[in-house]
Amino acid sequence: MCHQTVSLVQTELERRGIVTVSLTVMPDVTRKLAPPRALSVPAPLGAPMGPPHDAAAHEAVLRRMLALATRTDVPLLA
Amino acid sequence: MFPADLPLRYQFLLRTYRWRRAEAVPAARLTRPVAEARVALVTSAGFVAPGDAPFDLELKGGDASFRTIAGDTALDALTMHHKSDAYDPAPIAADHNVAFPLERLRALADAGAIGEVAPRHLSFMGSITRPERLIEEFAPAAATLLEGDGVDIALLVPV
Repeated sequence: MCHQTVSLVQTELERRGIVTVSLTVMPDVTRKLAPPRALSVPAPLGAPMGPPHDAAAHEAVLRRMLALATRTDVPLLA
Repeated sequence: MFPADLPLRYQFLLRTYRWRRAEAVPAARLTRPVAEARVALVTSAGFVAPGDAPFDLELKGGDASFRTIAGDTALDALTMHHKSDAYDPAPIAADHNVAFPLERLRALADAGAIGEVAPRHLSFMGSITRPERLIEEFAPAAATLLEGDGVDIALLVPV
């Protein structure tokens, strides 16, 4: 459900001209939802950014998300 | 595949639920480089800042409203209100960055990877099974708010 909630908000933001990138831990669901840009990560539902207190891992995920921000071939799932 | 740690009843729900496919919208384009962009976070972890009303976890179909979280908020001060029991809450409880990486975003701003952290960020309660009000009311209001704050990029984290 959380992925659907995020996808619906994301689409509305993108429609208004804000560049959006979401994270997904369930790419099969995200493929059906088709939000503008999504980055798939192999993480559990309750820890999408990575293990607690692992700042380097969290920042790496954010940097990968930001790297997708310039892409205009939407919807994309990376 | 779905995460292996997901309880069976959720695996069944996820296979049979009629997902709301996002409406196809044209890609937004950045008007300045990422390194100069104003970036906002959107989480569905149900975080609430001190003094703000909690999410209504009794509401049928899910509470589709959102809360704003100021960019300079101390992460430890946030409380979490989430309806779902589909995941282990321990990692987020130990470090809110796991679902709302505000401290990590600040670090990226300090490092020059982004221009700046937006003044306000958004928190939804992700467990919404009937998204009508989200689509018609709260998502447009969220967009208006971030638009007004001059946000260039929104990064969204589902929980």
